[in-house]
Amino acid sequence: MSLLRLENVEKYYGSRSSLTKAVDDISFSVEKGEFTAIMGASGSGKTTLLNCISTIDRVTAGHIFLEDADITAIKGKELNKFRRDKLGFIFQDFNLMDTLTAYENIALALSIQKRSAKDIDKAVKNVAEQLGITDVLSKYPYQMSGGQKQRVASARAIVTEPKLVLADEPTGALDSKSAKMLLERFNYLNREHNATIIMVTHDSFTASYASRVLFIKDGKLFNEIIRGSDSRRQFFDKIINVVTLLGGDMSDAL
Amino acid sequence: MLFKISLSNIRKSIKDYAVYFFTLVLGVAVFYVFNAIETQTAFIRVNETQREIIKILTTAISGVSVFVAVVLGLLIVYASRFLMKRRNKEFALYMMMGMSKWKISALLLCETVIIGIGSLLVGLLIGTGLSQVMSAVVANLFEADMNDYRFTVSASAITKTILYFGIMYLVVMLRSGFVISKCRLITLMNSGKRSEKITMKNPWLCVVVFLISAAVLGWAYYTVGWDFAHLSLRKIGLSILAGSVSTFFIFWSVSGMLLRVIMSAKGVYHRGLNSFTFRQISSKINTTIASMTVICLMLFVTICTLSTAFTIRNSLNKGVEDNFPVDFYGCFSLHIHDSSDDSSYRTGDIDDVYAQQNMSIYDDFVEYHHFHDYIESNFTFDTFAGDRKDELTSGSMSIYSMMGFGISFLKLSDYNAIMELYGQNQIELGDGEYAVSANASGMPEMYDKLLESSPEITVFGNTLKPSSEKCIISSFYPDMQASNTGTIIVPDNAVSEEYRGVDYFVGNYNATDKKGREAAEQTARDNWNNVMHWFDSEAKYGYMCGIETRIEAANNAIGIGAVVTFLGLYIGFIFLVSCGAILALKELSESADSMARYTMLRKLGVEEKEISKSIFRQSGIFFLLPLLLACLHSYAGMRFAKIGLDLLVTENYVKPVIFTAIVLIAIYGGYFLLTFLGSKAITREQK
Repeated sequence: MSLLRLENVEKYYGSRSSLTKAVDDISFSVEKGEFTAIMGASGSGKTTLLNCISTIDRVTAGHIFLEDADITAIKGKELNKFRRDKLGFIFQDFNLMDTLTAYENIALALSIQKRSAKDIDKAVKNVAEQLGITDVLSKYPYQMSGGQKQRVASARAIVTEPKLVLADEPTGALDSKSAKMLLERFNYLNREHNATIIMVTHDSFTASYASRVLFIKDGKLFNEIIRGSDSRRQFFDKIINVVTLLGGDMSDAL
Repeated sequence: MLFKISLSNIRKSIKDYAVYFFTLVLGVAVFYVFNAIETQTAFIRVNETQREIIKILTTAISGVSVFVAVVLGLLIVYASRFLMKRRNKEFALYMMMGMSKWKISALLLCETVIIGIGSLLVGLLIGTGLSQVMSAVVANLFEADMNDYRFTVSASAITKTILYFGIMYLVVMLRSGFVISKCRLITLMNSGKRSEKITMKNPWLCVVVFLISAAVLGWAYYTVGWDFAHLSLRKIGLSILAGSVSTFFIFWSVSGMLLRVIMSAKGVYHRGLNSFTFRQISSKINTTIASMTVICLMLFVTICTLSTAFTIRNSLNKGVEDNFPVDFYGCFSLHIHDSSDDSSYRTGDIDDVYAQQNMSIYDDFVEYHHFHDYIESNFTFDTFAGDRKDELTSGSMSIYSMMGFGISFLKLSDYNAIMELYGQNQIELGDGEYAVSANASGMPEMYDKLLESSPEITVFGNTLKPSSEKCIISSFYPDMQASNTGTIIVPDNAVSEEYRGVDYFVGNYNATDKKGREAAEQTARDNWNNVMHWFDSEAKYGYMCGIETRIEAANNAIGIGAVVTFLGLYIGFIFLVSCGAILALKELSESADSMARYTMLRKLGVEEKEISKSIFRQSGIFFLLPLLLACLHSYAGMRFAKIGLDLLVTENYVKPVIFTAIVLIAIYGGYFLLTFLGSKAITREQK
């Protein structure tokens, strides 16, 4: 059984006269413990797709199932609850609370689930160790580097042990060294904790850390490649090939 | 084009401007309503005294209006500066596109003019409506009839409002023009970048500062509210200064400690959104300590003003009811220079004066008593209290206890006749006994303590001892308030006529209804004035005379009460509106700045209910903190006011405090509600 299943998902913007098909009939499924990257040029609809999966945006047509529950049917207050309990988010611009310390930022995800203070402390320290941010726990976001911020954001996303972690261009605001470090952490979480990660990116290097890459062009699923037993380097070359195939508008994303 | 941009600017930032506009409208309306009282009351049929009082009221209001205009002016300048700061990015964009500073100034001018004219129009419209209600209130207050009522619009008040607010808006325009001409593009562009560092204050320093401030505040409270005996003008000033400064430091230290305390309670801090909520509150208080202090002090002044005004009004009305049991009271005395002691008012007979004009005062009254008191030179409160004076006066709230006033004597037969006339209890005295009568606030209790030791007194060559250990609560002369500081009643045979003091006459008119009493009063008053006028023209010595009537006292009480109430309400309204507006503007803009944070909370899956709760707590604590401290200040302030008001006030404080609370909740609470709902709406917006 797949963890996540998309069936003919469509998302339209605009009016009848000028319709934009941001997501045009996309279907795929993600197994538990998979690290999936979704690639596409800017404007290809990849972020819209992620927003639909995360219930931040509503689909126009089609269904999305998480563990056989149709999340497109969830309404109103239940949406917040669903996000809180089932999903973890990582954003390009970190989206950390600037008024809270790293510790408090991570703890917030647990405290809104009404966990006890003792549980919270244990979970936060545990996840901080895994992501190598124990020494910045008492710092505020403005005192941290971009890489550290993103790792704190990642810690916040996974500390609740969500069914699915959704990352939107997580390396977009990082330098290459920090990006590499973060992605290695993702791999670690994926391997050791069997975390299911869906990551949207336009960067081939970032995508090469995933176990599977989906390509989207003009709202449609264009191609899919699976890493299998390839080394990361080999996988990267394969991705580059597809990107070249995708054409001019994607080549700037090399 | 400029006009179009301004208009769309206003429409775009309507949420920011809504509170500003609402406050301006309220300010204009209140300003108009109070300044229109003169015109509004012109049609009411009132008598001369009342007309006189209305005149005093309107003069006082126009005086206070200048002060009010200054307060409102400061508020408007503050608010406009605040709103302008929020638009730095926008100005930067204009400048980047090549708009000249003049153009931007003109744009701002346009906006101010639109808002100014709009607020004046709406405010005057509402004000005109409200002032009709005001007419009814005034008429009701003076018990005047409203038959001649017609819808009135006060041209003078409109002119005045437009003039005052026009000047305020002009100042705002000049100021914003000046600010724009001074600013630099780079600072404007960088203004949005939040480089706000979160600095946690040293908690121990906070505790130390808090303790010191609390101690200083305690000293200030004690000085003005409890330690009356050593009060001086310098000390009052010092207490006010100490109070204001320590208010600032209390907010300073609380902002540092609050978070620490909550944080140390891990179970509480990491529950739901608490960590987020308290961080928000703490940073808010941190950046607004100065405004919080000003608001707290303004609330303090408002609470004191309002409750004192209500107290005075209530006790004035009740005072006349209780303390003026007859229709007419007159006193007359000649001023005799005695070679042996200080000059004093002695002898003189009202009957004599009337007789010399072939008139009799008795003709105008159906029941009356004519009497005089007796004076023993050098017998004052101090001699009466003797060694125990300090013991008796220390810790007393009564202002009278600080003065060594003279005590007069009354014959038992006179006293009983007067009490019969007043419908009050008569007393009995044995030979060689005396009794004490007093009713001024604090005095009966003091005499009770003194009489416990049954002190003997030696007056008029007799030695007397007290008949009872209790002071009689009464007064032989009527007054607007209980003001008898002490009269000693002695048996008729204990005094002789050589000691006679002031001559008194009290009586009731021969009339049953209101009209009859008014007519009788006119006659009695005219007669008295005529007789005294004649006496004055013939007078060889100094003399004193005076009358007071129940009708006049009642009118005065109503009038003074009305003046005090109106002024209190006027100042109170404006202060409350100012406080509410400043807090609301701050809180709303803070919410707008935190919009991204709320969006993130929603993405993380926080329930709406939790977010709403967090916003409620944030605004609630923000509004409550200055109010709490202001209430504490007010408690001491009211205790201080009480000694000053001892002369006037007998009423208890419960009712006025409730009235004050109602006014406070209506306005301040209204602003809080507006802020809470506004903040909720702002944070719910999708970007």
